[in-house]
Amino acid sequence: MGKKLAVTGNQAIAEAMRQINPDVCAAYPITPSTEVMQRFASFVANGKVDTELVTVESEHSAMSACIGASAAGGRVMTATSSQGLALMWEMLHIASGMRLPVVMTLVNRALSAPINIHGDHSDGMGARDCGWIQLWSENAQEAYDNLIQAIRIAEHDDVRLPAMVCMDGFIISHSIESMEFLSDDVVKEFIGEFKPKNPLLDVNNPVTYGPLVLPDFFMEFKRQQHEAMLNAKDVVLQVAKEFEKVSGRSYGLFEEYRLDDAEIAIVVLNSAAGTCKDVVDEYRDRGIKVGLLKPRLFRPFPYKEVADALSGAKVIGAYLTGLTPLVVSDQCTWRLPQP
Amino acid sequence: MKGWRELEIGAITEAGSADSYNTGSWRAFRPRWIEENCIQCLFCWIYCPDSAITVKDGKRGEFDYNHCKGCGICAMECPGKKGKKAIVMEEEGK
Ligand code: SF4
Ligand code: SF4
Repeated sequence: MGKKLAVTGNQAIAEAMRQINPDVCAAYPITPSTEVMQRFASFVANGKVDTELVTVESEHSAMSACIGASAAGGRVMTATSSQGLALMWEMLHIASGMRLPVVMTLVNRALSAPINIHGDHSDGMGARDCGWIQLWSENAQEAYDNLIQAIRIAEHDDVRLPAMVCMDGFIISHSIESMEFLSDDVVKEFIGEFKPKNPLLDVNNPVTYGPLVLPDFFMEFKRQQHEAMLNAKDVVLQVAKEFEKVSGRSYGLFEEYRLDDAEIAIVVLNSAAGTCKDVVDEYRDRGIKVGLLKPRLFRPFPYKEVADALSGAKVIGAYLTGLTPLVVSDQCTWRLPQP
Repeated sequence: MKGWRELEIGAITEAGSADSYNTGSWRAFRPRWIEENCIQCLFCWIYCPDSAITVKDGKRGEFDYNHCKGCGICAMECPGKKGKKAIVMEEEGK
């Protein structure tokens, strides 16, 4: 088994990337994800990984370089936050449309304006429908575990889609907590070797990426993407099962906390779920049946499974980290009875 | 016609497939080659943005009208012989 260490969330991600040892990383620094690439760059400089690190002039270029490297046949990773992800937006669709399994860490941070370097989820939510798989993480341990699993999910033959692992800026990225690492060998064996599909560097079999596809075929390719997204759900569970064998930690599509007999259910993503679990305990101590559901796989969203898990609750509250103006009406808010 | 089950994912196709599409139908003006004025400098071949000048054994051949867009660059650059252009642009359909 691996070591137990006290690290920041960013350190955990950088460590996972070192163990994954991707062929190419193209990145541009942005708070709060900067530390991920800063640490990873030192691994590159010190010869701890074989990665080609491409330092670019913007996040748009970072994702463009990731796309090129992935199409060339490499295993490719990057990390970003907030405006960085927003600047990548155009290229996110290119990566998913070309079915390139790029894996990216998104250290969640609010989108400007006003400028705020701390973590709401407006960046990740804005990229919900870009055709990327999204795994969300409560803490450093989950972010580390999710990132390693994301490689397998994204590269799976039934999926072949890019994947994004989200964790909260500062609250997780910069806080130190103890977590357990897998050994380098275990990670290496778990992710296996990358098998490129139609790589541009296979010069004996030249291919074209990004051709013009008009309405006669466009929807056929979108349908393929849709099917791949649908497949992702099963693959996520299958990879989680294998991951449990090597790590002892189990993952599903979402986590349920004291939800079985809950009359009041709260649905909440990422680090806030940790705090909410304490609140659930407090209310439970007072005899109020409160439970929590924390989505892990957010894209594709497991609608049916979530609906089933929440079917027993009389009241459901979904907590959004970040206010999307005018989407949530006052009529939707609810109060717990004061104990 | 192939459907989503058979098509290669990500719309990845064989290289050089643009060659098999007729994209010359967008043309409003058509270049015409006047061979007796041609000095075989191959400027037209160098400047054509659509690789629509065919060359065989170092000699200029006919236009590839399946890919020529009628931009007129070749006619503009063509030095011709004794002040007479070897390429002239003519309106399509006339
Ligand atoms: S008109 Fe334009 S596209 Fe056509 S042959 Fe001349 S340069 Fe090429
Ligand atoms: S540019 Fe004019 S003269 Fe030169 S090869 Fe072309 S047609 Fe002939």
